[in-house]
Amino acid sequence: MKVEAKQEMESTKKLVTGADVLIDALVEAKVDTIFGYPGGAVLPIYDAIYRSNAPFEHVLSRHEQGSIHAAEGYARVTGKPGVVIATSGPGATNLVTGITDAMMDSLPIVIFTGQVANSVIGTDAFQEADVMGITTPITKYNYQVTDLLELPKVVKEAFHIASTGRPGPVVIDIPKNISSQLSDAVYDDHFILPGYQPNKKPNPLQITKLAEALNKAKRPLILAGAGVVFAKASEPLIAFAEKFKLPVANTLLGLGSFPGSHELSLGMAGMHGTYAANMAIYECDLLINIGARFDDRLTGNLNHFAPAAKVAHIDIDPAEIGKNVPTEIPVVADAKEALQALLNTSAEPGDQGSWRDHLATYQREYPLWYDRSEGFISPQWLIEQVHKLSNGEAIVTTDVGQHQMWAAQYYPFEKPNRWVTSGGLGTMGFGFPAAIGAQLGAPEELVVSIVGDGGFQMTFQELSVVKEKSLPVKVIIVNNQALGMVRQWQESFYEKRYSESLFMENPDFVKLSDSYGIHGMRVEKEKDVPQVLQEALTYDGPVVVDCRVVQETSVYPMIAPGKGIHEMIGVRK
Amino acid sequence: MRRIITATVQNRSGVLNRITGMLYRRQFNIESISVGASETEGVSKMTFVVEIEDHQKLEQLTKQLNKQIDVLKVSDITEKAIVARELALIKVVGSGQLRAEIQGIITPFRASVIDVSRDSLTIQVTGRPDKVEALISLLKPYGIKELTRTGVTAFLRGQQPAQVTELNSFTI
Repeated sequence: MKVEAKQEMESTKKLVTGADVLIDALVEAKVDTIFGYPGGAVLPIYDAIYRSNAPFEHVLSRHEQGSIHAAEGYARVTGKPGVVIATSGPGATNLVTGITDAMMDSLPIVIFTGQVANSVIGTDAFQEADVMGITTPITKYNYQVTDLLELPKVVKEAFHIASTGRPGPVVIDIPKNISSQLSDAVYDDHFILPGYQPNKKPNPLQITKLAEALNKAKRPLILAGAGVVFAKASEPLIAFAEKFKLPVANTLLGLGSFPGSHELSLGMAGMHGTYAANMAIYECDLLINIGARFDDRLTGNLNHFAPAAKVAHIDIDPAEIGKNVPTEIPVVADAKEALQALLNTSAEPGDQGSWRDHLATYQREYPLWYDRSEGFISPQWLIEQVHKLSNGEAIVTTDVGQHQMWAAQYYPFEKPNRWVTSGGLGTMGFGFPAAIGAQLGAPEELVVSIVGDGGFQMTFQELSVVKEKSLPVKVIIVNNQALGMVRQWQESFYEKRYSESLFMENPDFVKLSDSYGIHGMRVEKEKDVPQVLQEALTYDGPVVVDCRVVQETSVYPMIAPGKGIHEMIGVRK
Repeated sequence: MRRIITATVQNRSGVLNRITGMLYRRQFNIESISVGASETEGVSKMTFVVEIEDHQKLEQLTKQLNKQIDVLKVSDITEKAIVARELALIKVVGSGQLRAEIQGIITPFRASVIDVSRDSLTIQVTGRPDKVEALISLLKPYGIKELTRTGVTAFLRGQQPAQVTELNSFTI
């Protein structure tokens, strides 16, 4: 009886395209936003989107790079996978920077690229590119769908791989014959990945070892990275730090995982980190790295990194442990699980003597500093004003370079998932499109995109998207008419030979915004900043503010390349 | 140090490219790779011979291999009781009397002549790489016209001496 009913159902099941099957799989994966750009090889997919009543919104970028950075911003803020669609050939290759960025910063992104029909793959067909070959080294995993029956399974697997363990980008390359194929097949999306079993629970033995080390440590320190944010482990991190009275330094991408105003916070460590955070790393006798990867911009010269410390490292990715820094206590686990296990031990805080007073002295004696210019706008001061006028509660996105470092230094975060920056790859043009994704992911929040005049010019075409979708993103251009960080390095290490780093021409950003139908403002004098920023941040809609800042300004303190973490320059005025 | 590492992998398309690409990108120095079917359908076996600086690099190599989604198991079998073999085909210049001389050289290696032409002969030899190496150096003076080697393939012997420690397991 049952069998007959099923047969009946199957025979009446209507023919649908592979693209329709894809849409169903996306609905199944609970996708609410898609960032994409159509083209020949994805026409069947876009036709299916047009015909579908699926409950997701498609956001049409103006360049595929805009799509993927927006998806990254969305993923950072929501913790959910960002979804991208691009066509074959140039559509796919335009995504390469963003995919690499997501790989370096462990962002869960699922990317669908169109591909030429299977019958012409390998013939150098129109708009054909070897997407599998190109994306293999920059993805956590990639697929080319060769059989429509596999599609729902592949999609489900891709979302699973992208969002579990150490997150990362997954590419699904779909030949046009697959997306246009008609079928009434019944799909099975059940999958098994025997080679992929991320270990979330910590080994109790290692937790005991770490607890013992904690008890013995005289100068313990936590280094909290983005792994804390991905694991949603901020609360247990605060509880852990408070219970054991542990000072906390953050990596660039870990900012927000621990409240910036907390008395145990030392701020950011690394190349442009605070004196206290870097010296704490140099002097500590127990360094507990939670979800950071000991990147070279953090460590400086490895020979001088935490020379006195026993190193413990909690990471979901075993390959990160011991990669750059020898590690005595490896804990392969999800940060939240590990922190909860540590909180559940009977371990007691050790006697730290004057360690925290010592660090407090550093904080007092060597605070962040900058020169406030007479009348003109100092970029650091500008960021402080943005922080003040947004009550420190905005979601902040940036590109890479000086403005990024100043935002990291002068915009302390109290909560996770509010700091959206390109850390590992250091991608110019990231910040503005990322703000679009961030705003779509958090429609009720104030999203401020702090960008440089250089980076903004790489992706400002996305202003159309902001206008089209009425997204109230606030763009603050820290405009020094230069590639500030390049200029700074040329000043410090190349005897002020400013080779190709100063812009002789920039567009009129106010008129540019106007042409997109977006409110643009310019501010050149310090005294006008509070009023202009106030207007911008409270404006009902998108705003672009061109802030003319002093060009000859450098980011300090700084660990010069090749130097140790204790050899900072510019620690004092 | 030279290490022999084996990996069992899911036989999905692109897996070899993904693995060799990773090894190249992370600057691991591969001497040979051999890939082929295993006892399980859909699962392939890879054998790598790598030249590696130190234990830290070695640990990275096994971890990075393990991290690949299609990799099921990675073992460093260098210090275990193993059987390791490779095959080489060697085309040597030789006619007339030289043939008998060459035959005399290869016999102790249990190599065999598998093709003969008017002025050359092709020798097949299997064994551990050092044995293959030794034969090649003995044949060199005769003039090697062509040489191809498969790279090592290896696995554990049926019985392991008890005292050998598991090098591949990390205390994590």
